[in-house]
Amino acid sequence: MPTEQKTDTVFSKELENFIAEWKEKPGNLIMILHKVQSEFGYISRGAAMKVAEMLDIPLAKIYGVITFYHFFKLNKPGKNVIQVCMGTACYLKGGQAILDETAKHLNIPVKGVTEDGMFSLESVRCVGCCGLAPVVVIGDEVFGKVLPEQMPEILANFSE
Amino acid sequence: MAYKHYVLVCGGTGCESSKADDIFTNLKTEVANAGLEHDVQVVKTGCFGFCEKGPIVKVLPEDAFYVEVKPSDAEEIVKETLIKGRIVKRLAYVDESGKTSAVPEEIGFYQKQMRIVLRNCGLIDPEKIDEYIARDGYAALEKVLFEMTPDQVIEEMKISGLRGRGGAGFPTWMKWNFTKQVESDVKYIVCNADEGDPGAYMDRSTLEGDPHSVLEAMAIAGYTVGANQGFIYIRAEYPLAIKRLEIAMAQAREYGLLGQNILGSDFSFDIEIRLGAGAFVCGEETALLASIEGKRGMPTPKPPFPAVCGLWKKPTVINNVETWANVPVIITKGGKWFASIGTEKSSGTKVFALTGKIKNSGLVEVPMGTTLREIVYDIGGGIKGGKAFKAVQTGGPSGGVITAKMIDTPIDFDNLVAAGSMMGSGGMIVMDEDDCIIDVAKFYQEFCVEESCGKCSPCRIGTRKLYDILTKISEGKGTMEDLEQLKEIGEAMKRAALCGLGQTAPNPVLSSLHYFYDEYLEHINEKKCRAGKCKKLITYTINDNCRGCTLCARKCPVNCISGEVRQKHTIDQTKCIKCGECMKNCKFDAIEKR
Repeated sequence: MPTEQKTDTVFSKELENFIAEWKEKPGNLIMILHKVQSEFGYISRGAAMKVAEMLDIPLAKIYGVITFYHFFKLNKPGKNVIQVCMGTACYLKGGQAILDETAKHLNIPVKGVTEDGMFSLESVRCVGCCGLAPVVVIGDEVFGKVLPEQMPEILANFSE
Repeated sequence: MAYKHYVLVCGGTGCESSKADDIFTNLKTEVANAGLEHDVQVVKTGCFGFCEKGPIVKVLPEDAFYVEVKPSDAEEIVKETLIKGRIVKRLAYVDESGKTSAVPEEIGFYQKQMRIVLRNCGLIDPEKIDEYIARDGYAALEKVLFEMTPDQVIEEMKISGLRGRGGAGFPTWMKWNFTKQVESDVKYIVCNADEGDPGAYMDRSTLEGDPHSVLEAMAIAGYTVGANQGFIYIRAEYPLAIKRLEIAMAQAREYGLLGQNILGSDFSFDIEIRLGAGAFVCGEETALLASIEGKRGMPTPKPPFPAVCGLWKKPTVINNVETWANVPVIITKGGKWFASIGTEKSSGTKVFALTGKIKNSGLVEVPMGTTLREIVYDIGGGIKGGKAFKAVQTGGPSGGVITAKMIDTPIDFDNLVAAGSMMGSGGMIVMDEDDCIIDVAKFYQEFCVEESCGKCSPCRIGTRKLYDILTKISEGKGTMEDLEQLKEIGEAMKRAALCGLGQTAPNPVLSSLHYFYDEYLEHINEKKCRAGKCKKLITYTINDNCRGCTLCARKCPVNCISGEVRQKHTIDQTKCIKCGECMKNCKFDAIEKR
């Protein structure tokens, strides 16, 4: 017999208002999930359950959408998210070497998070700065024409 | 109020990331310090296109063009150019031959370009609607609302010959006309800004540099087909473009250019933003519509076409950003004028994101029919580091390669298709002799494997099979039968896949197989990768230059190098992982890579 699942995830007032505002609009789910992710950095099971409850839709529908789109994260990312661009221009200009060097330096795999939770590493498809290839994005900061050996130094600035 | 000087600072994403924001702030401070704030206006504009040399600062009316500017250069620009009227030579562009060009007209990168889509990028402040209006902005909307019937608009679009810039090149007027002819209480206008092709960023730059051009065009289409609601579907990865669109929409509403009874007419139209979430397949029309509806972005079979049965089953016009940006100019200057640019069957211009192994990376807009040679050599300045040109990939993961043999082919929709590639969104990735064609095909195939939505089996299984075979070949385990299989699977996908993604996914493989067959044969028969990219086919050896310094042996992560001190070392090929550390560290050129 299915038991009713409860969640203790708490949403901010702003997020709750946003969901209330969008609740009746058709096609609202992706916009709401974006907002949830921007508040928590990812979409936890608890948050997904709460959205399901608030919108009165099945949890499966929410997971169907979250797992389809690369942008939505199921796990908590590091404090600083490192995105190494693997768009075509960056790939040709050595994006893979940067990705490998960063993974080696932090001792984590791609999609991994460091033990102290400071960094997580991702490869992304084109951030639209192809003129600066190869590109690495950390948080909101974009680094262009990066050499693999520069990565430890760049990361050191974020280690506080 | 007119100013004596205008200082334009590039505020596109590329330049912003290179501290353009600090340059802007410093320039403002320096202008104020010099007491010039009433004479000089500092403006943050959209992309100048010359991303290779960013950040870029331009001073008008002197037309001084400064490249690779740093925040600390602000003082000198104000003191020299603004106060004394002199050019800061140090910051001017210097070309190959050492010639200094202080004005853009003299720079090779700009000489063959013609800016229609990017007409306002790098000229106006995208966050101020008045600057767009001052450049004839919203004049087209006004003309349409008060001087033209919807049929006349369609006719003008037909004369212009504008074809969709998103990839396939479908005539824009036909799309509009289909939707116009359907009886329906509700119709929608959609802007496809889900620029997913890795290596293309013209839509991003257009939205960042000139967001109103897209809003105006959507309203024009709304009037023409009888729609009152528009949606812009944009990648969540483009925060700056989203922000500028939001500002633009708010200003347009304030001016009565969006919303109820636009400019006092009976026509009402508004636009909402919907965010994409990182799925390449959502560039396909029906998948994009599913995503706006909040669902998994999976395509549906066509027909019915979205023009007749689209968003929430209502007739929907979908065009991409670059297509939209052309519309207002066509209305103000006339379809005839537009048709006079470009080639007979592909009118107007095309924006390309020229990247890869090219000297001048950046956004270039050229008339259709410009040859690849002109783009690569005259505008792009040729290949970086004196290497040999190998090929250009157009159309990203849906396109194919254009080789040196076809470098003089005029580029338009039909010639690219005839060459086995396609226009796509306009990514143009230049490869040199160091790039392996199989490695690149594999790269695109891996992308398609990840991005396939999995709904139809030709795409879901086909992309994976192609990727596996390419991997096998890149490891030196390929056979001649594999080549036959690549062709057979690729052709089957073209015919049987449900949507554009699957139908075009084999293109990079088929076109590279066609034009670089000998390179495939080399990998299979000689186990050789001439570019040295396929790791499994590389062998590192130590030659007689070795002094036995032991550095390589100490750096080798798998301890496969052995030898006595001051004696020639050897590499154990069975253990070597081809990481290249030995070669990178050797001070005596003693490591050879084959």
